[in-house]
Amino acid sequence: METAIIDYGMGNLLSVQRAFEKCGSEAAIVDNPLELRNAERIILPGVGAFPDAMNNLKNGCWIEELNRAVLQKETPILGICLGMQLLAAKGYEGQECLGLGYIPGEVVLLDAKEEGERIPHVGWNEIEGIADTELLAGIPSGTNFYFVHSYHFRVKNQEDILCHTPYCGSFVSAVGRGHIVGTQFHPEKSQKAGFRVIKNFLRM
Amino acid sequence: MLKVRVIPTLLFKSVGLVKGIGFDAWRRVDTVLPAIKVYNMREVDELILLDLDATDEGREPDYASIRDFSRECFVPFCVGGGIQEVGQIRELLRAGADKVSINSAAYRNLALVTEGARLYGSQCIVVSIDCRKVEGEYYCFSHNGQENTGILLKDWAKAVEKAGAGELLITSVPLDGTMGGYDINMIKAVTGIVKIPVIASGGAGNYEHMYQAIRDGGASAVAAASIFHFTEQTPKEAKEYLFQRGVPTRIA
Repeated sequence: METAIIDYGMGNLLSVQRAFEKCGSEAAIVDNPLELRNAERIILPGVGAFPDAMNNLKNGCWIEELNRAVLQKETPILGICLGMQLLAAKGYEGQECLGLGYIPGEVVLLDAKEEGERIPHVGWNEIEGIADTELLAGIPSGTNFYFVHSYHFRVKNQEDILCHTPYCGSFVSAVGRGHIVGTQFHPEKSQKAGFRVIKNFLRM
Repeated sequence: MLKVRVIPTLLFKSVGLVKGIGFDAWRRVDTVLPAIKVYNMREVDELILLDLDATDEGREPDYASIRDFSRECFVPFCVGGGIQEVGQIRELLRAGADKVSINSAAYRNLALVTEGARLYGSQCIVVSIDCRKVEGEYYCFSHNGQENTGILLKDWAKAVEKAGAGELLITSVPLDGTMGGYDINMIKAVTGIVKIPVIASGGAGNYEHMYQAIRDGGASAVAAASIFHFTEQTPKEAKEYLFQRGVPTRIA
C-alpha cells in the first residue's frame, strides 16, 4: 500500500484521500492498525479535540503500531491540522493530555494579540520563515494556505520548526523532524500550493 | 495576514414532486455538481452548501449527494441543512464536509452545538442565524426564516458562541436575494459582541456591498449567491476589488 490514511473517527478523510489520488498516490483509508505495517507513508488527519483524538487512537490500538512504523521502521508520516498537533508531547485542549510525543512541545490555545484577531483562526493565511526542507520545497514565502483551528503547536526546538504564520503574534504552521512532518494548514484544501506540499511529501 | 474570504453560497432545494428519493437526488446533482466544479476550478476561498428543504421535510442531510459533491471539491466546504443530532455531524464530516452549519436545531437543542464542538472541535461548527428586524430589534428566525423564535439576535449570538460555535453565518431574511446590499447594522450588531469570525450573508449585489460588510460591518467573510449566479460578477473580481480598497484578500 502506498499511503495509509488513518481512520480513527476524526474528521474529513475523503478530501484527504481524493487530494492524494489527485497527486498520483494510491491512498487508502485504513481502520485497522495492523495495516500500517505495509504502508509506505502514513497520514494522520483530524479535526476535533486533542483529548478525544488521543482517546480514539488509544482505544483503537493505533499507538503501538504507529510507534513501530514511525519510530522503528521510520515510515514517513504527515500529520494534518489536529494530526500535526498530536505529534506533540502534550496538549492542553480542555484538559491536559499526553500526545504521541514525536516532536517536543505542547499544544495551547491561540491568544489574540491584536484587535480584530478572532479565534478560531479560519481562512487563508501566509506561511513565512520557511526552513530549507523537502516538505516545503518550491513554495515561496507569502504563499497562502487554508487554516481552521483554535489551538497551535508551541514547538520546543527551533530545528523542528518548518515555517510560521503571522496571526496571534506568530505561530508554527508546519513542523518536521526527519521523516516526521506536520502542517497546521490543510494541504488538501489549499489548492495548488497544497498539492505541491502533498507531492513533496510523496517524495520523502 | 489573515485574508477576508469571499464565499459563494449554493442553495439546493428539491423542486416539484418528491417521490423517488434517488431520482430527486440525481436532479440535484445535475445542478449543484457543475457549479461546484466551476468554483473549484476558479479556486474560490470556500463554499457553503445549504440544503433548504431538509429541515422542513424532516429528513436527514443527503449524505450520498454530499459525498458526490465533495469528490469534486478541493476547496473548503461547509454543509448545512437538516442537522438535528451529533451523529449527523460526524456523517457529514465523513462524507467530505469540512464544516457543518447548524440553524433550526440549535434553537431546540443548544447542546447540539456544545456536543458538536466538543467532539469535532469548534472550528467545524458554524451556526447559521437568519434574522429580521421586528419593531426596531433584530430577531432570530428558524425554518428558512419563516418562524420567529422570539430570541434577540444579540442574545443568541452570545449564547451560541458560549456553547462552542466556531463561526457565525448571519443572514438577513428580508434582504436575501434582493441584491440591495447587506444589512450592515445587523452584521455590526454581531461582530461587536462576539470574538469568533462572522460571515455576512444576504443581499450582496455588487462588490461595494461586500466592502461595506467588511469595513463597516466588521465581517471576516462575505457570502453571496445571487450576485454570482445571476450576474457576470465573480468571486475573483470581488477579491481584486476588495484588495484595491485595502482589504486583505487572496488573489489565487
